[in-house]
Amino acid sequence: MSANVPNIDQLVRSEYKYGFVSEIDTDSLPPGINEEVIREISARKGEPQFLLEWRLKAYRHWTTLKEPHWAKAVYPPIDYQAISYYAAPRSKARYSSMDEVDPELLKTFEKLGIPLSERARLAGVAVDAVMDSVSVATTFQKELEQYGIIFCSFSEAVRNHPDLVEKYLGSVVPYTDNFFASLNSAVFSDGSFCYIPKGVRCPMELSTYFRINAAKTGQFERTLIVADEGSRVSYLEGCTAPIRDENQLHAAVVELVALEGAEIKYSTVQNWYPGDREGRGGIYNFVTKRGVCKGRRSKISWTQVETGSAITWKYPSCVLLGEESVGEFYSVAVTNNRQQADTGTKMIHIGRNTRSTIVSKGISAGEGQNSYRGLVVMKKSAANARNFSQCDSLLIGDRCGAHTFPWIQVMNPTATVEHEATTSKIGEDQIFYCNQRGISRQDAVNMIVNGFCKEVFRELPMEFAVEAQKLLSVTLEGSVG
Amino acid sequence: MQPILEIDQLEAGVQGKQILKGISLKIYPGEMHAIMGPNGSGKSTLASILAGRDGYEIIRGRVLYQGRNLLELSPEDRAREGVFLAFQYPVEIPGVNSAYFLKAALNEVRKYRGMPELDAIEFLALVKEKIKLLDLDEELLKRPVNVGFSGGEKKRNEVLQMAVLEPRLAVLDETDSGLDIDALKIVANGVNCLRKPDNAQLVITHYQRLLDHIVPDKVHVLVDGRIVMSAGKELALELESKGYDWIVREAKRVN
Repeated sequence: MSANVPNIDQLVRSEYKYGFVSEIDTDSLPPGINEEVIREISARKGEPQFLLEWRLKAYRHWTTLKEPHWAKAVYPPIDYQAISYYAAPRSKARYSSMDEVDPELLKTFEKLGIPLSERARLAGVAVDAVMDSVSVATTFQKELEQYGIIFCSFSEAVRNHPDLVEKYLGSVVPYTDNFFASLNSAVFSDGSFCYIPKGVRCPMELSTYFRINAAKTGQFERTLIVADEGSRVSYLEGCTAPIRDENQLHAAVVELVALEGAEIKYSTVQNWYPGDREGRGGIYNFVTKRGVCKGRRSKISWTQVETGSAITWKYPSCVLLGEESVGEFYSVAVTNNRQQADTGTKMIHIGRNTRSTIVSKGISAGEGQNSYRGLVVMKKSAANARNFSQCDSLLIGDRCGAHTFPWIQVMNPTATVEHEATTSKIGEDQIFYCNQRGISRQDAVNMIVNGFCKEVFRELPMEFAVEAQKLLSVTLEGSVG
Repeated sequence: MQPILEIDQLEAGVQGKQILKGISLKIYPGEMHAIMGPNGSGKSTLASILAGRDGYEIIRGRVLYQGRNLLELSPEDRAREGVFLAFQYPVEIPGVNSAYFLKAALNEVRKYRGMPELDAIEFLALVKEKIKLLDLDEELLKRPVNVGFSGGEKKRNEVLQMAVLEPRLAVLDETDSGLDIDALKIVANGVNCLRKPDNAQLVITHYQRLLDHIVPDKVHVLVDGRIVMSAGKELALELESKGYDWIVREAKRVN
């Protein structure tokens, strides 16, 4: 009698609306990686010697490493010689004003709802837009300069602030860190750089928007944020990519440094192309993100909403070095169709009285596989350190999976570690209950999912919390009928 | 006068097994009917079919709601049209605040009927008025839907939802089961207060004791998928004293 009522499977189905390709003339290197390619990337960017050498060291180290496969994700071997490691919109390398930017490029960001021009002013968010491997535009730089805040593309930082880059680059994620971080260190093309001077509270949200456009290229950007003593910054990154049949590799590195009393809030709304319903195409998002709370009473807070990518492999982490420093990780990860996510965090407690909180919400629909993988370490020196972890999984339908791999190491007897976990399922009975009160299936699922995620959404800057909710409902559209 | 609910020769089943074997029933505005019967007689199946739960097959017959074919409407449209089911086992929805849920439900119904949606303040004023009727703690509204509610609270919450949504046809599926006598009185009182000349109620119950507090206009006895007897409220008392066996035997003899 209800043949026309679609079932749970159908509700998580929806189209990826950022899948368009922009007709932009691209300057890219032929596929393949070797020392010559790295020298070429560095030369094209006019980099100082120290950076070229660092890249080469990273490359040589990378050649000794094997691609890691401990994550709970299945995918065919990646041919690293088939990827192009550099793609840039062909036109001026630097724009002196927005008027010089290729209108097609501006249109792209306009379509994505990224405010680069007048709208940026209204939104009050400073944006650095990265297309393929190159930073396209950074807004609000002048205004931020008044506060001594540096917010620019990584390339610009290399040119204008080489001392800061040399001091901090690789200080949190060394080029030897892991396979993908080494690869990134060798070939990274651009990214965002941010420095907040002593005692300054950044007066607006800073945001980087990443867009992969060119085919058969990898995106390897690097973000470095340094918050000097007593400063504060809230930072947001967003990402999308066109629909393509082949998988594309995104191997980024993010490093955060918080000095004494500084606070960094880093939020991600990740919406890379997830592949189609059968699992064709989509981005491999293999990202290393780590922050170090260097100084006393510093704080780093990661918030992520992961809805895209064919495979997600990322563990935004905090090294809690400074006494009484605080690390936080709030995560919503959604997998639908054939998406696979292996994500979580590492909280490394070194300083005394350090505290960390982990709240992870995994949502699996379709045939999605969602894993939480976490490490909490209490080093010998971490007297009275505390961690609280909460990992909740929500299943929609009966062909998806949720997995939890918490790892806890305690070497100090005064440390406290708590871990809570739940798994629940959106059942047909819950949906019918909502239906019987006049609420449609789609609204019922949105309501339940939003309720499930609200502790994380609360951590996002206001306007992005709204966006995240919308994104989630679009991602899950059609997963229940 | 047009009945609010008219069931005509309804036969239905689940997974190839026939459960309802020809039910006919008319409920007019202002009326309350009770359906009684032993376990497994098809009472809850009837409630589920009226609300549009998935998985039931209609073999033949029809169900008219205010003259319209009810069976062709989606469950949410039935609700928006004014059909309400008080669940025998109210479902828990973790993470969804009760007040938020009820406000969303009410506004769906209002939107469907072309009425302006209520904002949070208007809604709270309304719900605080209704909650007194059920003697429920306002704190309940801040908790996730039915999560951690006692059995009695769940049932009272169903009637609270009914009070807020003001359905034209309310089907109460064993709302009395699992209630102690005080809770039973509260629920019964709530239901009585919601009786209006322009609405109707169908109360499904196994026991007569609910009918000490709610007085139906008609009592139907459902046995093995058939209504074997329909009479006034005194039938409930007879059932209470003689048990269902008596009527099952009667039914067999008649057939």
